[in-house]
Amino acid sequence: MVRSLRKLPRRKICENEGSHPMLETKGPREGQVRIPSGCAIAAIMDRTGGRHDGGDILKSIALMHDRSNGLGGGFAAYGIYPEYKELYAFHIMYESREARAETEAYLDKYFMSEKQERIPTEPVAAIKNPPDIWRYFVAPHPMRLANSGLDEAEYTMQHVFHINGKIDGAFVASSGKNMGAFKGVGYPEDIGEFYRIQDYDAWAWTAHGRFPTNTPGWWGGAHPFTLLNWSVVHNGEISSYDANRRYVEQFGYDCELQTDTEVITYLFDLLARRHGFSQETAAHIMAAPSWEDIDRMPPEEAAYQTALRTVYSSALVNGPFSIIIGSDEGLLALNDRLKLRALMAAEKGPMVYLASEQAAIEIVCPDAENVRSIEGGQPFVVQLDSVVAAKARESAENCPAREKPFRHEVEVHPRRKERAHA
Amino acid sequence: MLDYVLPRYRVMRDKDLCIQCGVCERSCSNEVHHVDEELGRVTANNAACVNCQRCVVMCPTQALAITRWPQVDSGSSNWTLETMQDIAKQAQTGAVLLSSMGNPKPYPIYWDHLLLNASQVTNPSIDPLREPMETRVFLGSRPEILKVNERDEKLSAPLPPQIRLDVPLMFSAMSFGSISLNAQKALAMAARELGTFFNTGEGGLHRDLERYADCAIVQVASGRFGVDPHYLGAAGAIEIKIGQGAKPGIGGHLPGEKISEEVSRTRMIPQGTDAISPAPHHDIYSIEDLRQLVFSLKEATGYSKPVAVKVAAVHNVAAIASGMARAGADIIVIDGFRGGTGAAPKRIRDNVGIPIELALAAVDQRLRDESIRSTVSLVAAGSIRSSADIVRAIALGADAVYCASAPLIALGCHQCQDCSSGKCNWGIATQRSDLVRRLNPEIAAERVVNLVHGWTHEIKEMMGGMGINAVDSLRGNRLMLRGVGLNEKELEILGVKYAGE
Amino acid sequence: MKRIYALEEWCIDCKRCEVACKVFHSKSKDPVKAFLYEQPKPRNRVRVEGNRTLSIAINCRHCPTAKCVEGCISGAMTRNPETGVVTSNPEKCVGCRTCVSMCPFGAVTIEEGPTHPIAFKCDLCGDELGVPGSPSCVAACPNRALIYVESEGN
Repeated sequence: MVRSLRKLPRRKICENEGSHPMLETKGPREGQVRIPSGCAIAAIMDRTGGRHDGGDILKSIALMHDRSNGLGGGFAAYGIYPEYKELYAFHIMYESREARAETEAYLDKYFMSEKQERIPTEPVAAIKNPPDIWRYFVAPHPMRLANSGLDEAEYTMQHVFHINGKIDGAFVASSGKNMGAFKGVGYPEDIGEFYRIQDYDAWAWTAHGRFPTNTPGWWGGAHPFTLLNWSVVHNGEISSYDANRRYVEQFGYDCELQTDTEVITYLFDLLARRHGFSQETAAHIMAAPSWEDIDRMPPEEAAYQTALRTVYSSALVNGPFSIIIGSDEGLLALNDRLKLRALMAAEKGPMVYLASEQAAIEIVCPDAENVRSIEGGQPFVVQLDSVVAAKARESAENCPAREKPFRHEVEVHPRRKERAHA
Repeated sequence: MLDYVLPRYRVMRDKDLCIQCGVCERSCSNEVHHVDEELGRVTANNAACVNCQRCVVMCPTQALAITRWPQVDSGSSNWTLETMQDIAKQAQTGAVLLSSMGNPKPYPIYWDHLLLNASQVTNPSIDPLREPMETRVFLGSRPEILKVNERDEKLSAPLPPQIRLDVPLMFSAMSFGSISLNAQKALAMAARELGTFFNTGEGGLHRDLERYADCAIVQVASGRFGVDPHYLGAAGAIEIKIGQGAKPGIGGHLPGEKISEEVSRTRMIPQGTDAISPAPHHDIYSIEDLRQLVFSLKEATGYSKPVAVKVAAVHNVAAIASGMARAGADIIVIDGFRGGTGAAPKRIRDNVGIPIELALAAVDQRLRDESIRSTVSLVAAGSIRSSADIVRAIALGADAVYCASAPLIALGCHQCQDCSSGKCNWGIATQRSDLVRRLNPEIAAERVVNLVHGWTHEIKEMMGGMGINAVDSLRGNRLMLRGVGLNEKELEILGVKYAGE
Repeated sequence: MKRIYALEEWCIDCKRCEVACKVFHSKSKDPVKAFLYEQPKPRNRVRVEGNRTLSIAINCRHCPTAKCVEGCISGAMTRNPETGVVTSNPEKCVGCRTCVSMCPFGAVTIEEGPTHPIAFKCDLCGDELGVPGSPSCVAACPNRALIYVESEGN
């Protein structure tokens, strides 16, 4: 029987495990209720694109053990699948055989799979009842993509939403290219060991340790939260949640999990991918300058900031948060306007370190330089050198996704006439 | 014919405190009080009393109180005294019953069933005395996507015109004619001081108020009174009034005796003639006609100011509002059935329209379902009684609210519902020079400014408690609300959870 | 000095100023006793002239060169050189009415005193020596038709 996880109001998480009393309790799972959480976050990146294994990020997040409570941990890694870098890498968690069968049938219909395999894991004493975790390297089915009228990213996103929302017991943990999320229920160091993250080489790593106030104990609810190439780790509880949720839901994003991280990811996707803003401007919109500051600006700058705040007033994120957003461009760290959550940054040569606590940086890089606190409301952007060079050549005007020609059409078919996109 | 109508109120005079100074007699335009030298006491004509409470406030010794007429009813819950008195009045006059202000009937007040959230532990509350707490909002239409040049920090295309409110509240439409010039001037002065807007109603903009024109929203209603290029050009924004919460589907009628020289000049109609606003605009019989008027006004003003459209909250308000947005309205105003009026047929006021809370929630959700909520502004009106009501309205989805009854109460209005008599003892709903003089706009503006300052402090406290430091993050944030005493359907329409959920 | 000015635009003929003045100048300072019981009857020094459509409160301007002081034959009417307040001493007043006829504002009245009719006028709610207090008529006016403001001429 397929256990309907999202729909079941109560479910005993660990049936044969008495060692963790919190896991024993019954309660609603992520998505059924909104669960406030505290957290630890960390990230490491090499700006030159040089890859390094998961050892350092594991050490860094493990140091902040007390900031999580064993109910969620995870990692996102960029650059880990260079051999499949043109394909979407789906990491999917299954809670039943039926869920896998149903999902794979669905994937077969809408995608062309190059390779599929079980993600290698290591038995770890503290990790109980893991789901069956698979990865698929896929490309959208060309005919179906062309018929959908969507671009490749939008097409993929809609199908990820479908699997997460409609197939019971299946959850897409990540769906980007040349990247992946490794997450689950447990302390982050145990999750890292479980997934053998030391076996992967990435140019950027992000990590998350979770302290939920409730007992969701659901692998899909662990972080990083991802969508396409985005991955978000977040510490905080945003008070603007429902304003942000109801804003993005206008545009086809379905906030199934009811988490801050989810809505922040969607806001980012909307602003950066769909509306074509740079990540920095997207972050700037989400932590906009105060009116007091705007009033002190020269008139032209004030008009620009006023317009951004006015048009994107519902994208303003309020309440305490520190987030690290990973993407194919690099990392972006952002604190709320009032700086109500800790987040430190440091550098050493091409390496950039971010963490909730300074000690978590120093343990992996004792002679780190430029150690500083991220300023409230000031986006901290680290991009790959290659991305910086490419951006300098691009126009500084934002080009919304819907005004761009579809990549798959430009490259495969003759370009459609302009009106077809209107 | 013997009049069967009973007095409604009775003057209670404490004879131990009455000093027969005559202040009450001189304060009452209804001629209730009389200092009788022969009797050596002050007498009262109770039947004339409307319970405006001016005498109670003015009496130097607090010797006065007004009570209900002590007559018992028939004992029937069906044939109440009020019901029977209404029949007696109509049997006497054969006329439509007229009344004023908002619907007074005991329909549910949903504001009072919505409780606000506050932060505890997982999320800090914010102290408005230490941290900036932003109440500024802009009203106008916006593109869904803003096009900019990020490097130069410049807009690729200008933003459509917006009006800026430093507080999420404006003063709703009340025309010169329905209220006195001093009352309107007080609201204009307060709007300027507070960084918000007053609304001229359908009465034109009096020349004395032209210096406040940049804080004015000028109304274009079915009578088109006072509308000319100068009027449209002077204002901060233009509002097309289709309907009013107090009397949906009904026009207006300002009797000739209220069309004084000044009112006549401002409305651009002959002195002493009745000013009749038809029920519909006779050039708007459908949604596409509305679009034509919206764009005529935009053309007339060079697309320099937002155009609002105001409708009464009626049964299919969500669909109507969506149509208004598509017809080019920059600001959608929804006026609930408890909104006030200077005069309305009593049966209309008491029986037509729906509550603003449900209408607002439905409109906001519909606009979101159609992905157009963030391209248009939404203003809720119709009995916003306190700062908590404003917070609730914004959390349900409004950008800002319109208030009129509350500022009038700050001016002295005691909701006696006798505006239509033109004998307002507080100098508000009258054109009689001796009464108009009673409202010194300087004092009145101060009182309104005080009220709004008090409310703004309270809004900041409530937002801070929720861990929110900008009103942007409160808008549509329905998780900040919980219902009590509501059924499933009401919760569904309001889009809120029950307390404890 | 600060003087009381009456603004006819805002005077609404309620006469609360008269009531307040009379109460302030009573022995008891209680309106009920002042109006109904005290003997001799307290006198109000401000009075409202006119009707509901046009009215104004009349009270003393405390002129720098006060005609009432110039004309007083008994030395009852004096102007405090420091404060500028003009007061009438009831003990010295003989009730000759010269001050009444000389006052250009009609701000002095002759009314029944303890022994004979004497002059009554505004003392700015101060003491007999001409030190002004805070005028009770101004406080009682509901419409700011009476204002107490600094003005030219000491």
